[in-house]
Parts: sequence; C-alpha cells; structure tokens
Amino acid sequence: MTPFTFARAHDAHEAVRLGAAAGSKYLGGGTNLVDLMRESIEQPSTLVDVSGLSASIEERPGGSLWICAAASNTALAEHRIVRQRFPLLSRAIAAGASGQIRNMATVAGNILQRTRCTYFYDQAGARCNKRHPGQGCDALDGANRNHAVLGASSACVATHPSDMCVALAALDAVVHLEGAGGARSVPFLDFHLLPQDHPERETAMQPGELITAIELQPLPMAAHSSYRKVRDRASYAFALVSVAAALDIEDGVVKDVRLALGGVAHKPWRARIAEDALRGRPAGFAAFETAAAAELLAARPLRDNGFKIELAQRAIVAVLGALAARGAARS
Amino acid sequence: MQSTVIPTLTVNGAEVALPGDARVSLLDFLREHLQLSGTKKGCDQGACGACTVLVDGEKRILSCLALAVQYQGRAITSVEGLAKEGALHPLQQAFIDHDGFQCGYCTPGQLCSALGMAAELRRGVPSYVTEDLSGQDIAFTNDEVRERMSGNLCRCGAYNGIVAALTEHHASGQQRQPAAEKS
Repeated sequence: MTPFTFARAHDAHEAVRLGAAAGSKYLGGGTNLVDLMRESIEQPSTLVDVSGLSASIEERPGGSLWICAAASNTALAEHRIVRQRFPLLSRAIAAGASGQIRNMATVAGNILQRTRCTYFYDQAGARCNKRHPGQGCDALDGANRNHAVLGASSACVATHPSDMCVALAALDAVVHLEGAGGARSVPFLDFHLLPQDHPERETAMQPGELITAIELQPLPMAAHSSYRKVRDRASYAFALVSVAAALDIEDGVVKDVRLALGGVAHKPWRARIAEDALRGRPAGFAAFETAAAAELLAARPLRDNGFKIELAQRAIVAVLGALAARGAARS
Repeated sequence: MQSTVIPTLTVNGAEVALPGDARVSLLDFLREHLQLSGTKKGCDQGACGACTVLVDGEKRILSCLALAVQYQGRAITSVEGLAKEGALHPLQQAFIDHDGFQCGYCTPGQLCSALGMAAELRRGVPSYVTEDLSGQDIAFTNDEVRERMSGNLCRCGAYNGIVAALTEHHASGQQRQPAAEKS
C-alpha cells in the first residue's frame, strides 16, 4: 500500500477543505477503498476519514427521509421508517455483502463503490479502460459471465455491484453534495453514468465533492415493494440479476409501478420502458411479460452472459407477480 | 493544534497506543503489534470472515478491511477477550460440544461474528430471509442463522456443528455479552 496522510474530518466543511487537495480520497467504512488501496488500484496521497460525520436518519417536515452519508448500511436497513415505508430498500441492503460488511459500510460509500469486474482488479495482468483510459478492455472478449447486458459500450462492460442502489434508483432518491463551491443536489438516476467512451468517469460528482445525505421523498406505494436477488450461491455473492419493484394496483389495473434492475448495467438500471408499458394495463402475467420484454429489447449479450437476459425477464415477472398476488391477498 | 496526547484504542479492556503508520490494518495491528494472534488472516480482502472482531461490545466488523487508526478511542474485543477468569465463554464451550470446527482456523471469526449476530437479532435487524419486516421478534431459525452467518466461511465444512452450537447457545439463554469495554 502506498503511504498516505490520514486526516479525520469533524464536519462536512472541514472534510471538503481537507478533500480539496489533489490525490485526496474520502474514507467511509473502508470495505471497498482499503481493498483497492491494497491492490494499488487506488493510491490516494491523503485519506480524509468522514465516517465520523453525521449518521442520522430522520424524517423532515414535508415527509422526506434524510439519510446522512455516514449512516451504516445496517442502520439504514433496520430503521423503523425504512422497514415500514420502503421495504424494498431494507431488503436490498440485507441482500448485499455480509453482516460484518454492512456494519462497516456507509451509505455514501456504498453508492461510490467500484465495480468488481475481475479485469478491473487485475492490475498486473489485464487491460482496463477504467484504470487506464484508452488502454482497452479485456472483459469484452474475456470471461464476461458477470458483465453488463444493458447500456454497455465497446470501452467497458462492467456492472455496478450495489444492491442498495437498485432500490434507491426505484425510489427516485436525491443525492446531496457539498463541495468548495457550495451545496447542490443531483437526482439519483443522474448520479451514476453509463460508460460510453469514458468509463473512468463513473458519477456526476466534481473533484473534491462530498456526499452529505440521501433524500427519499414520500412514496406511499413503496410500502408495497420488494427486492429479489439472483446469484450463484444463496448468500454473500454479487447479483447476476436483481429486481427492485413497487406496485400499486387498483381494481385489477396497474395504477403505478417502480422497477429497477441490478447486475445488468454500469449503473443501477431504472426500467422506465417497462414501467410505461405497465401503467394502465391489467395487472397480470401477460402484462408483466410484455413489459419485461420491452425493457430488455435493447439488451445485448456478450460471449458468456446471454443467460442474464432471460434471467432478468423471468425475475421481473416473478417479482411483479408476487407483489400482485400479495396485493390481491390483502384486498 | 498540536496534541501531545498519544492516540489510543482499547483492546480486550487494555488501552494501547495506535500505530504511527496509518496503513496498518486493525488485523495486522492485533496480530503483529499486540501479538494477539487469535484473530486470523484468511483472505485479507473481506471475503472469508476469519478476521471478525467486535467493536464497542457487539458490533461485528472485518479487521482486515479496517485501518487501525480509524478506530481511535473505540473498544475492540477479539477472541482472546471472550473467556473470563479462565472459563471459556459459553459459546466457545458450545462449539466444542457440537464439533463446530475441525482445523479451527475460522473459529475465532465465527465466535465473534456469532456474538455480533445475536445482538443484531435481539435488536430486530432484518436479514434477507426475514419475511416480516414489521415485527421486532425475529425467530432464531436455521435459515436465519445460515443467512446471517454467511460472511464466515468454513473450509472444513463444519457448518452443521456451527449452527447447532449457535442454536444451543441461543436456547440456553446464556447470551452473556462480551464485556463492553467502552468507558
């Protein structure tokens, strides 16, 4: 590990001041960054520890839930309001990593974690446009079973590894940032970028900016929501495909729906095409299948990951079907 | 402001000075600096759980992904801190009684993780297999235990014994918590 200076920030202003220097990185729980530093993929000259900043999770006037950046994944998953009003978020977090890692990991760090593409990690043996822009991508023609089928480019086929972010995409969360130029907010759906020609650019953040909070606006239908993760083993593995969904059915018709996918793209994938295809349709397998197929029409398989397209199709239909059945059972 | 106070943290009740080099992981600090070799280095990248320790009494973390300097002022409990006055912790005895290990390399991490897990369960933290998110009372079932302990690998495959040990320890109500050294 390259030597670095360690500095502890006591508030966001101090963090931004310390983080302004070139080569500075913010440190949350360290579950991804420390590993990347050990692999020499990240080589910050200064680590600014922001894990001691606000971790509060509270409802604000107007009904928004403010989740401060240093809240742990566990704290968010177990929060009473999240379990009651946003069960898909609680379940998505519980689907990720392990109990130990969820205790360490912060909400902001989860959002900013890097891909687990093996070629990205293989500093010595593989080419990667994220690590070295313009170098090329060995995943394109390599072992790409875990890679993206939606929104990828010829420069990068990596996926975003977070479960929590799939739920945040479905919920239209807002990311609050602070930088040298002041505070601003970015819609979660605009926060992560598709790879295009510059996969080294992963978010809409400016250098030195700090995530201070995530805001969830009230969404009553989210009380009827779920998260399903499909992976190679029963637990403690990244998603091959995951689905976050909330469904509002009235008189047998889809009144409103939120749908997002994980494991299939460079960013948490909000399935707007499927949502548009579902609104106003009778809630049933025919509509679910048509909507899922419409969303996946743009999917492009690589050598090893063609199975993800059918898997995503089936996972979407299964999750929506279960939500519809649960809703019917209650009414 | 130049502070003359030496930064410290507490390990199994004893206050110790933090390493001067910020690169030192909490795992290496325990093993190499304090000679507390009970905590094991399996993968050193957060995949196996062998390095699990407890922070401030009951929060389980991976010491391999933790920089020691980030835990200034906190209380760490490693496996060496579980036995009290020469007597094994009841969970340690349960592992022996139920063959909860063969080689024993993952056991310190399993023990610390299980105690942290029990605290999470008492608190009502949901897992991926928890059906009802509204209730605080989560049943101690095989599925819950296996899901919640999935961050601790056992290459000997002693999982059945581990689950049996955890289940007996839970049922016996002997959930003596590791001493919270937080002052």
